[in-house]
Amino acid sequence: MRFRAKIVDLACLNHFSRIINTIAKLAKTCILRLTVCKLYFILSDKVANGGASMWCELSQGNFFDEFQMEGVAAEHNEIYLEFVPENLWRAFKTAQSAKAVKIKLTNKHCPCLRVAVELPSLSSSSRIVTHDIPVGVIPRRMWNDFREPSVPDFDVSIYLPVLKTMKSVVERMKNLSNFIVIEANLSGEMNLKIETDLVSVTTHFKDLGNPPWASEDGYQSSAQGRDVESMAEACIDIKKLQQLLAGQQVNPTKALCSKFNSSACELQLVGSFAILSFSRISVFIFVCLKVNIFTAPEDFQYLYF
Amino acid sequence: MPFSAQPPASGERYALSASLDNARHLSSLLRAVHFQDHATCLATASGLRVTVEDAKCIQANAFIQAEIFQEFSVQEESVTFRISLSVLLDCLTIFGTSSLPGTSTALRLCYRGYGYPLMLFLEEGGVVTVCKINTQEPEELLDFDFCSTKVVNKIILQSEGLREAFAELDMTSEVLQITMSPDKPYFRLSTFGNAGSAHLDYPRDSDLMEAFHCNQTQTNRYKISLLKPSTKALALSCKVSIRTDAQGFLSLQYMIRNEDGQICFVEYYCCPDENVTEAEL
Repeated sequence: MRFRAKIVDLACLNHFSRIINTIAKLAKTCILRLTVCKLYFILSDKVANGGASMWCELSQGNFFDEFQMEGVAAEHNEIYLEFVPENLWRAFKTAQSAKAVKIKLTNKHCPCLRVAVELPSLSSSSRIVTHDIPVGVIPRRMWNDFREPSVPDFDVSIYLPVLKTMKSVVERMKNLSNFIVIEANLSGEMNLKIETDLVSVTTHFKDLGNPPWASEDGYQSSAQGRDVESMAEACIDIKKLQQLLAGQQVNPTKALCSKFNSSACELQLVGSFAILSFSRISVFIFVCLKVNIFTAPEDFQYLYF
Repeated sequence: MPFSAQPPASGERYALSASLDNARHLSSLLRAVHFQDHATCLATASGLRVTVEDAKCIQANAFIQAEIFQEFSVQEESVTFRISLSVLLDCLTIFGTSSLPGTSTALRLCYRGYGYPLMLFLEEGGVVTVCKINTQEPEELLDFDFCSTKVVNKIILQSEGLREAFAELDMTSEVLQITMSPDKPYFRLSTFGNAGSAHLDYPRDSDLMEAFHCNQTQTNRYKISLLKPSTKALALSCKVSIRTDAQGFLSLQYMIRNEDGQICFVEYYCCPDENVTEAEL
């Protein structure tokens, strides 16, 4: 099992560290999956911890100038590592003006990701700062736990409003209530609602627009033939939503929220989707939050970033 | 937009209805008196008064005159209700507290009467928020009976002078002693903490002193923990009027100028600390 990679380009380095920062804000521990062409950051939380999960897929060619990896076996040419993203973010914080960053999988006392940051200096000899981040190697029999989540069937999909507005609304609502109801319809309207003994607050967004992808394969069933005015709704843990919005270090150019329902339950489900497009890189982070586990144990809210 | 998101037509009968172009004018004043969760609101034709009390010893009033509002109408002689101030502030700042130029949150406020919730309609950039805050039974308020004819000593200071003093107060001291006198030391703030006593004197002819009307020497002590919340108002204000009456009750009036140059007042009343023996003075 071998892995080494190198980033030289400053723009690539900045994008990469912003992604690490976003992930560090969302997850305490996460899985790094390495394949020959791609690297994935995966969080699949257990239901007991709120059930938030995330899927972030990066093409190595978009970030790394050198990328060599050798998996456990020729037919399973992959590596799965468990690590604390906060540690990796700290290592990258020192790398903001670095000339080069090398990442290497080492095994001195325990398996570590070694991040070697080459910093510019005034003298001819360069300074190198090395961070050893302990990682756990995930055995092959557990790889199946970290498969890409499938996109569930939905009722409504809608573009999210300006995230800054939504963030501040959700932040205030978090002070007032533990749960938030998100509802949306096919005519571009979305409401955020909370209701407690003291207060009920509803924020109405309109003219958001509904993405036209409902006609694509597999995504059309429930959304078609639906009354454009009728609201699909889901109730979710407001802290998880706030965490997701607060962790937004990469500004999504497009955010999309889709809502779906499970046929078994009355309650309907929410999902959202954001595509982060940089000049030459597209990043998909898939985040899914467990919905209101008290009323509907089978329901999920999915937020893709 | 659903019907519920529409502000009510002005023809409908509301005990209190008001509208404001910039909700921050209201939220910043309310924040200046936000040291307890609950506030009592009194609306009369002259404006809105929001009162917060603690420990039956301190009372803070924020006055928002009717002129600050673009529209302000009260159907009855006075309308009173009690409300959770932190909830009200969260609702008023739902679109954020930052003051980006060119953006402001418009507010419409309606209250149908006793037993009804306070309705807030907030709008910013085409996004509308509707809040229904349940109101509570108003409580009897303290009457400090502090009228201008009973005032013994009065000093008007520019706030910056007091801001520094309050920021550096020795918080290990239980009390703040205020001396006001027609003779030296004129105006003195003293603390008695673990590290010793500190006295801060303001000379009568200081540039910070806008007015000085002291008729007799008065030394009173006030609990620092009670006065500390008033620094929120002090931070926003441009001038402060410090008055005491014959029994030693303290009135602090803060003049606050908002972004549009309109003037509002926040007032704090505080009881003197009783455990003062003549010997200690």
